[in-house]
Amino acid sequence: MATYTMTAPLKDEDVAKLRAGDVVKLSGIIYTARDAAHKRLCDMLDNNEELPFELQGAVIYYVGPSPAPEGRPIGSAGPTTSYRMDTYAPRLHSLGVKASVGKGKRSPEVRKALQKHTGVYFGATGGAGALLSQCITGAEVIAFDDLGPEAIRKLTVDNFPLLVVNDSHGEEQYAKPNFEF
Amino acid sequence: MKVIKAEQIHDAVVDLVLKAARYLPEDVKTAIRVARNNETSESAKEVLGQLLENADLAKESGLPLCQDTGLGVFYVEIGSDVQIEGNITEIINNAMIEGYDKGLLRKSSCHPLTRKNTMDNSPAVIHYSHVAGDKLTIKHMAKGGGSENMSRCTMLTPAQGWEGIKEFVVRRMAEAGPNPCPPTIVGIGIGGTFDLAPALAKEALFRPLSAENPDPELAAMEQELLDEINQLGIGPMGLGGQTTCLGVKIAIQPCHIASLPLAINVQCHSSRIKEVTL
Repeated sequence: MATYTMTAPLKDEDVAKLRAGDVVKLSGIIYTARDAAHKRLCDMLDNNEELPFELQGAVIYYVGPSPAPEGRPIGSAGPTTSYRMDTYAPRLHSLGVKASVGKGKRSPEVRKALQKHTGVYFGATGGAGALLSQCITGAEVIAFDDLGPEAIRKLTVDNFPLLVVNDSHGEEQYAKPNFEF
Repeated sequence: MKVIKAEQIHDAVVDLVLKAARYLPEDVKTAIRVARNNETSESAKEVLGQLLENADLAKESGLPLCQDTGLGVFYVEIGSDVQIEGNITEIINNAMIEGYDKGLLRKSSCHPLTRKNTMDNSPAVIHYSHVAGDKLTIKHMAKGGGSENMSRCTMLTPAQGWEGIKEFVVRRMAEAGPNPCPPTIVGIGIGGTFDLAPALAKEALFRPLSAENPDPELAAMEQELLDEINQLGIGPMGLGGQTTCLGVKIAIQPCHIASLPLAINVQCHSSRIKEVTL
């Protein structure tokens, strides 16, 4: 298991070298989007509208932060459960998105999309939102303000600690439960 | 008759909301600390360590423990000798709104179909029971969506019994895997009716993690389920380890002779409960 420092947006060569279980300290610019924002992004794609951010190389963080206290860019900001975005993720990867950050399992379709489009799924620690927010140095709402916590925010992150859960080679880091399904 | 003023209830509820969001209960912290010491897996130790650090930071900074500050759930016990000045549902709902605003807590309530955010976290989800005495007890839970989504209700047959209950619960937790932010606390409602079993399961989660079930048979069943869930090996955040579940809480009620209702209410490690008696 290797530890890398990387800067977002990410390139194919960054993603290709990552293996499930690796740790990435991510800096740079990432975008928040969760359920309602994903639906709107895909509606915009259907209507050939210009998206509020560049998908090429983008890292999307599945988070709806709590409001920012005075003097801080953001409130608590840990990951939400990712499977709800599985409907939309393959399409976004096919258009250049390189990574998503969340928690929990992804669908076979998302895992295939990661292999096909050289993408990666990162896990961040769920329920550690206060701690993770310390790595966010800037936050600005860039779209869908009416969605409140679900608005799209452009975040600047500094050494944000991530674990490679699903890599672009078809491997996964989650433990298989000892259970006969 | 003891009269309780609206203002007293309002202030108490605002306080519950603020404290629940920021302070992880001491027994939960202790359980996480013990689990970290017992774990052999490095990733499990790392995750559990982060959760402890997060709890300390939330306490010091006033940031909520988790950005998902949940829907505001309340279980209210009203004594027969208590007279409340005003409409208690309105008082609690307004106090909850104030607490979420004041504490910079996330507003997570939306229309189920249009998905339009209500922007003030209302309405509060309130369950009432009427009890003897001159006390008013308000129990608050800030319930996150990720763990709530992993919850299930089913109607088993009486023949399936305890073995059927165990099968359903362990299978559910295996399917849920990393999604509900393990290590979890699992609330289980057995009996009642289709609607009552989930209410029992949620109510069971108000029993503090360190408080044993007063019924020794149920306490033994909780331990048995806890051991089976932990044998799944899912571990903290699903990365493997012995700590998949911190505790199982069972609540039961008599049910119809034809039925065996079962509900599982999953709670993440960030068990934000707080209560007050006026």
